[in-house]
Amino acid sequence: MQPILEIRNLCMDFGGLRAIDTLDLHIGQGEIVALIGPNGAGKTTVFNCLTGIYKPTGGEMLARSPKSQEARRLNGLKPNQVTENGLARTFQNIRLFGSMTVLENIMIGRHCRTSAGIGGAIVRNRATREEEKRIVQDSYDVLKKIGLARYVNEYAKNLPYGAQRRLEIARAMATDPFLLLLDEPAAGMNPQETDELNELIIGIREEEGITIFLIEHDMKLVMSLSDRIYVVDYGKKIAEGRPEEIKRNPAVIKAYLGEEVDA
Amino acid sequence: MTLGEIKKSLLAAAWFMFLTFPVMVIKVNTIQKTVEWHWERLLYVAVGGFVFSFLWRYFLRRKQGGRRSAAPVETDEPEAVPAFQRLIHDRRFSMPALVVLGLFVLVFPYLFSMYQVNIMTTALIYVVTGLGLNVVVGVAGLLHLGYAAFYAVGAYTYALLNLHFGVSFWLALPIGAALGSVFAVILGFPVLRLRGDYLAIVTLGFGEIIRLVLENWNDFSYGPSGIANIPRPKFLWFDFSLEQSAVFIYFLMLAMVLLTVFVTNRLKDSRIGRAWIALREDEVACQAMGIDIARTKLSAFVMGSAWAGMAGVVFAAKTTFINPASFTLWESIVILCIVVLGGMGSILGVILGALVLILLPEYLRAFSEYRMLIFGVVLVVMMVFRPGGILSEVRRTYQFKEGLSKDGSLS
Repeated sequence: MQPILEIRNLCMDFGGLRAIDTLDLHIGQGEIVALIGPNGAGKTTVFNCLTGIYKPTGGEMLARSPKSQEARRLNGLKPNQVTENGLARTFQNIRLFGSMTVLENIMIGRHCRTSAGIGGAIVRNRATREEEKRIVQDSYDVLKKIGLARYVNEYAKNLPYGAQRRLEIARAMATDPFLLLLDEPAAGMNPQETDELNELIIGIREEEGITIFLIEHDMKLVMSLSDRIYVVDYGKKIAEGRPEEIKRNPAVIKAYLGEEVDA
Repeated sequence: MTLGEIKKSLLAAAWFMFLTFPVMVIKVNTIQKTVEWHWERLLYVAVGGFVFSFLWRYFLRRKQGGRRSAAPVETDEPEAVPAFQRLIHDRRFSMPALVVLGLFVLVFPYLFSMYQVNIMTTALIYVVTGLGLNVVVGVAGLLHLGYAAFYAVGAYTYALLNLHFGVSFWLALPIGAALGSVFAVILGFPVLRLRGDYLAIVTLGFGEIIRLVLENWNDFSYGPSGIANIPRPKFLWFDFSLEQSAVFIYFLMLAMVLLTVFVTNRLKDSRIGRAWIALREDEVACQAMGIDIARTKLSAFVMGSAWAGMAGVVFAAKTTFINPASFTLWESIVILCIVVLGGMGSILGVILGALVLILLPEYLRAFSEYRMLIFGVVLVVMMVFRPGGILSEVRRTYQFKEGLSKDGSLS
């Protein structure tokens, strides 16, 4: 089967700094793939290129929807167009709409799958009312799946930290993606919350058939969760493979622990 | 009352005396070419400042004390709703209040003098522009400092179309709104990538460009001398006297306020309105969630500016004379003040804000030269004690109950 995401020779330069250097990467349908590396290795930059926040200076990014099997070039698309194409992301530093309720946050996720315009909003005709009802129902269904239903009417900013992280995932899920990009979903979580997150991510893959691409520093989570792992350092890919292989890879150990210097 | 507090208040009183000395004590009599010294006023200022500083500290302490005691209490409710807010959303209270208010505004022009009707009409014009700007600033969070330009577009639309083509008021109304929107799109495209302070500066520049063009392009806009003899609106075949006409415009503005409230309220509570609020909250996340921010910003600009265009047409018809001096930066600032003082995003707040900001200076005329001083003090006190505005926004949120699909009641 063809990969649903293919990155070829991706380069990203900031002035003279090469943040990503000829990166190759592919993800197949239903996989959980992790992208790891030391701080400043360029992991989040890869996400930002994929989701259109940065314009890559070289290379190609292709997304292939598993439904239509139609390949779509992601280069040059705006963030909202990327989301419309079925790639949804979360943020490393939580970026929820704080003074909107949990349900409304999810409803924003449904925005790109609905169509009511200004005219509909003013006259509030039948089609618009039906659509609003459907948005609310769909959003609530997403909340139930992620296990946030009890917070439905809370303001997002009042949620406990772990729940805010989950809400970010829920909001991304509401856009009907086939590939979910999670940027350090476990950052700042306690061990119990991390275990719950582990279950949640596996659940999303098993029940929704959504492929997952994640950046994570929590090695225990990465090793137990991922099918495959990519390791980057200084913007270059230094290793790829199954978790057991990565654990033993000398280049990875060197990147993380440094090299012994013979005096 | 400790010694320290008395010392603080004495200091404040001395400071007030120093600050107000030139305005309160020295009076130049230009006719007799003498300088009069009103030393007794300095005493009033001292006493007033002393008492005022005590009151100030008392209220400030009460405000902070209230916040401290509220903080550690964790309730299931999303946010405590102030008593007044609860009151206006309680139907048993709000329905009779609305009826009384409705009756009052209907008989208003027959109870009060022409002067009162005229300033009330002006206030209503500001209500409409305030509600329009509220969409841009309060809901979508785009700081807009050139709003008076759209007001000018509306006013000149009617004045010029009527002058050259005899276009009637009623036809000019939608054309004014449409042209306001067109100019919003023209302004919108270059500023789509800007936010915050940068956006404010560009809109400020845009407002000044429009005013300068109107001031200097004599062949087009008749320059600083403006356009006079703009006809008042006619209704069917009636020929109004001056007084009837004022009453008519009053009712016209009343209808327009209702229309604006209706439309902006529905817009806020819709798919587009949610996108605007999300845009205000976090632009990057908003775009990452699949919202086209260019379109969303543009729609907020257009929906906000159309009202200014319409209000401009009525303004031209009401005053029968317009010139660029009516559309300066000051005008934009006043409308922005209405939105901020009233309560960003809150429709009722903006209406109250407009009435306070426009009517207060009129009624303070009795205090003649201290009018603007009192006005300034009111503004400062308001913003210190109620930074969220007269009525800060309590948004209608979706109260979801399982089995029930949607209930838009207050949270």
